[in-house]
Amino acid sequence: MIVMMLLWAFFSFGIHFFVKELNTIVFMGFPLGFYMAAQGSLIVFVVMLFIFASLQDGIDRSEGFAED
Amino acid sequence: MAEAQKAGGGDFISNLGRIYTLYTGGFFGFVALLAVAEQMGVPNKIIGYGFVFLTIAVYAIIGILSRTSDVGEYYVAGRTVPSFYNGMATGADWMSGASFVGMAGTLFLLGYDGLAFVLGWTGGYVLVAVLIAPFLRKFGAYTVPDFFSARFGGGFARLLAVIVLISCSFTYVTAQIYATGIIASRFLDMDFTVAVYAGLVGILLCSMLGGMKAVTWTQVAQYIVLIVAYLLPVIILSTQKFGIPVPQLTYGQAIADITALEQSMIAKGLADAKTLKPHIQPFLTYDPLNFFALIFCLMVGTASLPHILMRYFTTPTIREARGSVAWSLFFIFLLYFTAPAYAAFSKLEVFTLINNGTKIAELPQWMYTYGKIGLVKVCGVDVSAAQAVIDACNKIANHPGLLRWQDLNINTDVIVLSTPEIAGMPYVIAGLVAAGGLAAALSTADGLLLAIANALSHDIYYKMVSPNASAKTRLVVARILLLIVAVAAAYTASTKPADILSMVAWAFSLAAAGIFPALALGVWWKRANTPGAVMGMILGFGVCMYYLVGTRYFAVSFHEMWSWLGTASPAAVEKFNTLKAAWLAAGDEAAKAAAWKALDTHAQTIASWWGVRNISAALFGLPIGFLTIIVVSLMTAAPSKEVQDMVDATRQPAGDLIMKDKATGGVGGH
Repeated sequence: MIVMMLLWAFFSFGIHFFVKELNTIVFMGFPLGFYMAAQGSLIVFVVMLFIFASLQDGIDRSEGFAED
Repeated sequence: MAEAQKAGGGDFISNLGRIYTLYTGGFFGFVALLAVAEQMGVPNKIIGYGFVFLTIAVYAIIGILSRTSDVGEYYVAGRTVPSFYNGMATGADWMSGASFVGMAGTLFLLGYDGLAFVLGWTGGYVLVAVLIAPFLRKFGAYTVPDFFSARFGGGFARLLAVIVLISCSFTYVTAQIYATGIIASRFLDMDFTVAVYAGLVGILLCSMLGGMKAVTWTQVAQYIVLIVAYLLPVIILSTQKFGIPVPQLTYGQAIADITALEQSMIAKGLADAKTLKPHIQPFLTYDPLNFFALIFCLMVGTASLPHILMRYFTTPTIREARGSVAWSLFFIFLLYFTAPAYAAFSKLEVFTLINNGTKIAELPQWMYTYGKIGLVKVCGVDVSAAQAVIDACNKIANHPGLLRWQDLNINTDVIVLSTPEIAGMPYVIAGLVAAGGLAAALSTADGLLLAIANALSHDIYYKMVSPNASAKTRLVVARILLLIVAVAAAYTASTKPADILSMVAWAFSLAAAGIFPALALGVWWKRANTPGAVMGMILGFGVCMYYLVGTRYFAVSFHEMWSWLGTASPAAVEKFNTLKAAWLAAGDEAAKAAAWKALDTHAQTIASWWGVRNISAALFGLPIGFLTIIVVSLMTAAPSKEVQDMVDATRQPAGDLIMKDKATGGVGGH
C-alpha cells in the first residue's frame, strides 16, 4: 500500500517537476514531458490499480481475511 | 415472491454481457441507419431529433424496467453490480457534460497547463481504491453520511456531512441540467427553458422509479453512447490525416506540426508572441505552485465526492469494489487520454487556417454557425454577419485584413461540438456528438440528484426525523424529495446563473476540505474521535469556503486584510490603490458603481494567500482539517472500545457488514 502511495505521488507530482528537461527528449513523436502528463501518468494509474486489486486480493487470501 | 424476484435479478445479471452487446450493436445500427437516411436527403433537423429522442427513450425504458420497491435496491442497487459494469456506470457518473464538451477546449486554449485537469481527475481514483472505497464497502453504509454517523457517533457528524454533500453537489447538478439545455437548444433549436425541462423529464424517468438500481443500468447504457460519440470523430480525423485510426498515437505528429505553425504564424505577423501560448510549454497559465495545487485538489476532491463514493456501495463484494475502481479509471481514462488528441487535432486545423492567410471577409462557415450563438468572436464581436466583423477589424490599428490568432476568441465548448463540421464530416456525426454530450450530462445529473435526495431521505428523514418509518414510507419520501430537488435544480438552471456555473469547480475543493480528512482518518486512525472530526470538518470546510467566497465576492476587503500574505507585484498594488482612490473620489451613483466594478475585478486577480488561485482552495482547508482532527482528538478522550473494534473490522474484508439495516430484506413484491 505504501508502495502504491509512493508511486502515486511520483507520477502525480514528482515527474512533472521535470517537464522542461523531459520535453527535450522525444518519445513516439511527443516531447516526453508533455507525453507523461497527457498519457504516461494516466496509463501508470490504470495499470497500478489493476495490479493493486489483484495483489491485495492475494494478501487477503493468504492471511485468511478473504470474503469467501 | 421475493425468491422469484431474486431469481429474475440473477438472470439479468448473468445475461448482462449479452444484453449490452446487443445494445451496443443496436446503437451502431441506428447510427448507420441515420447515416443512410442523411444520404437519402432527410433533413438535418430530423436526424438531430432522432438521435436525441431515441437515446433518451432507451434510457427511460431501462429506468422504468428497473423500477423497484425494495429499499436495498433503491439505495445501493441490491449490492449486485459486477465490478466491470459498476466501472462503466461510475465512468458515466463521473464524466459530466463539462468533461465531455469542455475538456478538449480547455486543453486547446491552455496547452500543457490544461493537463492538470486530466491528471487530477484520473489520479484521484488511486486514492479512492487504496484509501477509501473498499473500507466504505465493508462498512455496509447506504450513504456517505451513514459512515460519519456510525464512526463519529451520531447525528451531528451526519448532519455536517449532509451539509457538505449538498453544498458541493447542488451547484454541480444545476450545471449538468444547464448543459443538457444548451446541447438540446443548439441541436434541436428548442427554446432553452423548454430544453431544460425536457432534460429534467429524461433525468427523472431514469432515476425516480428505480433509484440506484435504475441509475446504474442507465448509466452503463449512457457510457456506451458517450464513449462512442467521443472517440468516433477523432478516429476519423486521425485516419484522414495520418492514415492510422489510433489518434492517441498519431497526435505526436500533430503536436510537432503545431509547434512549427506557431513559429511560422509569428514570423508572418499572424500571431502575437505575447498572446500565443506554445502548446507544449508548461506553466504559462498556472505557475508551478498553482499547477500542482490544482492537481492535488482535484485528486483529493475526486476521492471525496459523495456521488462517486456511493457507487462503490453497490458491488457484491469488497474485492469487486477494488476491481471496480480499477475499471472505473480505465473507462474514464479512455476519454481523458483522447481529449489531448482532440485538442491537438482541432488546434492544427485552426492554426493551418490562420497560417494560410484567411481573409476576414472569407471566414469559414463553422465560425458563423457558432458565432451566431455567441461562442466564436473575431476582433471582439460575434461572428454573425460578415460586414460587422470586417468593420470591427478595420477599427484595429495596422490590421492586415487577415485573420490573426489574437483576433480569434473561441469558447471552450465549441471545440468538441464543432470538430465534425470543421473537418467536413456528415451531419450524422455531429448528431452523434450531441447525443454523447447529452448522455454525459444526464448520467452525471442522475448520480448527483440521487446523492442529494438520498442524503435528505435516508440521513435526514429516516435517521433523524422519523426513525420508525416503514420501508414503504421511506421510498415514497425518497421519491418525493428526488422530485423536489430535481425541479429546484432545473428551475435554477433555467435562470442561466453565471455564478453557479463558475462555482462548479469549487465542488472539488469543498468536498476535499469538508469530507476527506474525517473520512481518511476515520478509516485509518482509530484514535480519531467525535470532537476531533466535528471540529475538523467545520474548520476545514469553513476555511475553504471563506477563501472561495472571500477571493471571489469580497476581493477588495480580502486583499486589504491579507495583503501581507498575498503575492501581488508592486505594480498591481499601485494599480489597486489608484482604482481605490478613483472609487472613493467618484461622484454620482453610476460613476461609483463603475469604479467599484473596476476595483473589484482587479482585486479578484490579486486577492490571495501566497498567490494560490481560488479553484485550489482546498490547499488550505485540507491541512487545517487534518491538523484539527489530530490535535482535538489527542486532547480529548479516545473513542470507545466498540468504535475501535469497528475500525479494525472495516480493514478486514472477511466477515459480515458492519452496519445492518432493519429493512435489508426488503418488503417483497411490487
